[in-house]
Amino acid sequence: MQFSENWLRSLVNTDLDSQALSHALTMAGLEVEEMQAVAASFSHVVVAKILSVEKHPDADRLQVCQVDVGQAQPLQIVCGASNARAGLVAPCALVGAELPGISIKQAKVRGVESFGMMCSSKELGLSAEATGLLELDSDAMVGQDIREYLDLNDHLITLKLTPNRSDCLSIQGIARDVAAITGAATRFEKITPVNAELQQSKQVILNAQEACPRYVGRLVSGINAQVPTPAWMVKRLERSGLRSISAVVDITNYVLLALGQPMHAFDAAKLNGDIEVRFAKAGESLTLLNDTTVQLRADDLVIADATGAIALAGIMGGKPTSVSDETTSVFLESAFFVPSVIAGKARRLGLSTDSSYRFERGVDFAHTLSALEYATALMLQICGGKAGAVTEVLRALPTRQPVNLRMGRLISVLGIAFEQSTVSRLLTQLGFVFTETDGIFTVTPPSYRFDISIEEDLIEEIARLHGYDHIPATPPVAVLNMLPVPEQQLHMNQLRDGLVASGYQEVVTYSFVDESWERDLLGNQVPIKLKNPIASNLSVMRSSLWGGLLDTLTYNLNRKQDRAFLFEIGAVYHQSSAEYVETTRISGLAYGSQKPEQWAASDADIDFFDVKANVNALLGVDALYEKAEHPALHPGQSARILINGCAVGWLGKLHPKWQQQHGLPKNPYLFELDASAVMSRSLPTYQEVSKFLPVRRDLAIVLDERVPVQAVFTAIKEARIPLITQVGLFDLYQGKGISENKKSLALSVLMHDTQKTLLDSDADVTMSRLLQLLQNTFEATLRN
Amino acid sequence: MSDLSHLITEAALDFDNSATMNDLEIAKARYLGKSGLLTDALKGLGKLSAEERPAAGAAINVVKQAVEASLTARREAILNAEQAKQLAQESIDVTLPARAQSKGGLHPVTLTLKRVEELFHSIGFEVATGPEIETDFYNFTALNIPEDHPARAMHDTFYIDEANVLRTHTSPVQVRYMENALKLNKTPPLKIIAPGRVYRVDSDATHSPMFHQVEGLWVDEDISFANLKGVVQDFLQKFFERDDLTVRFRPSFFPFTEPSAEMDMSWNGGWLEIGGCGMVHPEVFKHVDIDSEKYRGFAFGLGVERLTMLRYGVNDLRHFFNNDLRFLGQFR
Repeated sequence: MQFSENWLRSLVNTDLDSQALSHALTMAGLEVEEMQAVAASFSHVVVAKILSVEKHPDADRLQVCQVDVGQAQPLQIVCGASNARAGLVAPCALVGAELPGISIKQAKVRGVESFGMMCSSKELGLSAEATGLLELDSDAMVGQDIREYLDLNDHLITLKLTPNRSDCLSIQGIARDVAAITGAATRFEKITPVNAELQQSKQVILNAQEACPRYVGRLVSGINAQVPTPAWMVKRLERSGLRSISAVVDITNYVLLALGQPMHAFDAAKLNGDIEVRFAKAGESLTLLNDTTVQLRADDLVIADATGAIALAGIMGGKPTSVSDETTSVFLESAFFVPSVIAGKARRLGLSTDSSYRFERGVDFAHTLSALEYATALMLQICGGKAGAVTEVLRALPTRQPVNLRMGRLISVLGIAFEQSTVSRLLTQLGFVFTETDGIFTVTPPSYRFDISIEEDLIEEIARLHGYDHIPATPPVAVLNMLPVPEQQLHMNQLRDGLVASGYQEVVTYSFVDESWERDLLGNQVPIKLKNPIASNLSVMRSSLWGGLLDTLTYNLNRKQDRAFLFEIGAVYHQSSAEYVETTRISGLAYGSQKPEQWAASDADIDFFDVKANVNALLGVDALYEKAEHPALHPGQSARILINGCAVGWLGKLHPKWQQQHGLPKNPYLFELDASAVMSRSLPTYQEVSKFLPVRRDLAIVLDERVPVQAVFTAIKEARIPLITQVGLFDLYQGKGISENKKSLALSVLMHDTQKTLLDSDADVTMSRLLQLLQNTFEATLRN
Repeated sequence: MSDLSHLITEAALDFDNSATMNDLEIAKARYLGKSGLLTDALKGLGKLSAEERPAAGAAINVVKQAVEASLTARREAILNAEQAKQLAQESIDVTLPARAQSKGGLHPVTLTLKRVEELFHSIGFEVATGPEIETDFYNFTALNIPEDHPARAMHDTFYIDEANVLRTHTSPVQVRYMENALKLNKTPPLKIIAPGRVYRVDSDATHSPMFHQVEGLWVDEDISFANLKGVVQDFLQKFFERDDLTVRFRPSFFPFTEPSAEMDMSWNGGWLEIGGCGMVHPEVFKHVDIDSEKYRGFAFGLGVERLTMLRYGVNDLRHFFNNDLRFLGQFR
């Protein structure tokens, strides 16, 4: 909401200066978003009249003017403007004037003395461009300070109003709040009904009384729609951000700004029969003032005549019945449409009008008629004509239920002491009607307030007028209890720290991704789509974090990075029947050399087992890896990760076809884990530490190359051969000396007894049991 | 018996001329070996008379001890020299760069969230979470924002379908948490913070379609607006490690709090908006069956990127989601 500070000041008598007023508004909840001076500062510019004009003796484009500036003698001023002519009234900067960027001095212009400068609007800083001198009304008072004459000592104030404060969507409403904030008095124009001199009137039939409990209208005939709008009104409209259109339209807009009541003027000659307020009929359509034709729905409230809908109630008038220069009689409408009927309609139709904006937030229903009277008076004054009698239809208006405010509650909610007299004073400043008994105020909210229905609403009013600044910052006093610290559940930050220690950088990528990532990379043919994505490449919700990581990789490769170890922890989204399911995943990407380029290590690229080590570090429990295929991954280098038989994630190399498609010089490794599956840990339980030394034996076996090594370890583990505490793989060999399709594994076996020192014979027995197991299970043989 | 004392100087000279341990052993043999000069002399004692023998023996021993002493001294000298040579050979340039490892790091938004969680944890706040694809009900209706309420226009909402949106704020977590607490028969005090991603259809230099908020909620019997101001101010002072920070509340409007306020923080002589807050609206309490006569609560929402930008002097919001490693690497 934008308005002129001076207009506001004409309605409320405050001695605050502009800055203080702006601050007071902001601190009372009417946030001043912008305050801009109407004109830059300048001085010594007056209204002047050019008395005569002569050609400059030495310059074709210059004229020598005799100018009346309201002093005893006219001034001689050299001027280059093409519209300078005898009789023109225009601003004149006197010697000593300081204009934006220019100081005016007495000077010779091409040899002719000049005692000032005639000004364009550009030179005064009022506009960016100008074609000549700023032409003023011929009856302007010569010698008057131009700032005073043009009312330039004014500010444009823009309020960022919250949706609850519809009462401040008018100058009068803001003035009322300024009075409440500062205790200053208002001086509102008294509205008196005009005499109805015209016999004709229109019937108004109300067929939607709950949606429109009050409708007033009247005919005004014999008007001249072509008269120019008076300058004072144009100025106030413009300073409120509204363009002047025509006198009739300007008057309705002016009333809307002044009082907050949206008005509409129909061209009475284009109306057929009576006026009806009803909901739209099936199949009905209407061409609006903005030339769009809308198909109406059964819940659209319309104003209609005998031929059909003529206006979308409270939102916009129809084109066919709109006023024009030829209009000689109008039907003026002022109504109260209930917020719930208007709310959402304009948005559905892609319209936001000053009228719908106010109606959906709440318009004062007590002043529907006085607004009509005010508009009529302005109409008669500006456009002439005669007014008909008012047709009013009135049904059950909203009621304002009294609301109780308890002193005790007020004090306990705000946390500060309050005197009853302070509350009483603030309610009075607000203009609220109230009674008080035993510390309970019973307040009846005024018709212009749509936001006062419970005690908290009143507490907020008292708080904002008292000033939030005057409420201290007090630490709470509370009972102390320790919070649980579950030891078997890791905090997400511990996982983060683990990955950071492994050299991974955390990234945060968008939760919505390119649909092709989902389709190609993840084989997700039906991703969750956004109805209104911000961009086509951010149109579906991700079901894996890999897309974002690969995008991040590309972004950084394009910026000359040659390695990247990235991770992200975040939600992925799936749909399961009608439900949306979110799971938190930990995902990583590794690309490039194992170590940063350096003198002290080789430049070998990372491989599957580097990344597997990083994943294992995260898991903390024994996980199994099984060879499995994933659309994103290289079929020969991808594994499903299992914990206790449940699939918890994937690890693998990006499929070369995606590497190629995305132009990656090397192929990244990717992993992704369900966070919930890796966050639990078991409590450590003590095992006896043996006093005796362990015995180590090595075992080299040869077996079929297709046997996964993990199967060998699992078999050994499950066999629970006594004394064996640890088995490791220290060599893997294929080639010379080993038959084709076979591989050799070298195992280190650690044996331990807690009761006695192990004898060689004990170790021999254990080792032969182990070999037996491997022979039986895998047809392994002892390597010679 | 001839005087052998000349051997002391001869041996010392001989030893000194031995450059290696090997040479030294050969030189030693000449005097102390099986048929060395001193060994022979000792053997010759037998030929002397019993009267002469002690004096002659003592004289030889004096010489022998002196020779042995110079041998030991020389041996040590050679060893020292050899060790010095080895140490010199093993010397390295300690100023060479260390063996480089990959350096990981946390995203700056995580750094902020960690601090926020730690600070609130220290006064007993637990962390609560909720879904990002949120129902219209929890995102709006349960927060006292009914269908077609003009306040919905303040949220540029991403829609999934008729009934589901991407949450526009972390406030729905308040409702879910309170609802759940009730199911678990947990009564106030309830103290939570709810950090997480939120979404708005807005993208320019100062708006990101995805960003982070932290919601805070404290419900108790005796919690006031002044306490809200106290907690927020305490938090900001501790977060920025500046005791001179103050918080300014400006009246505002959120359908789910009343009174409501915008929070400004004093910063370099001016005020910066850092979030919204207020006392939990009775309608919200009604949705979760908490008696608003008995209990009151405050709630606040802070912009995490905003806090991060102020904390580290980041001047462009877009850095957070571009994930340029040159940017992210600055926060290690």
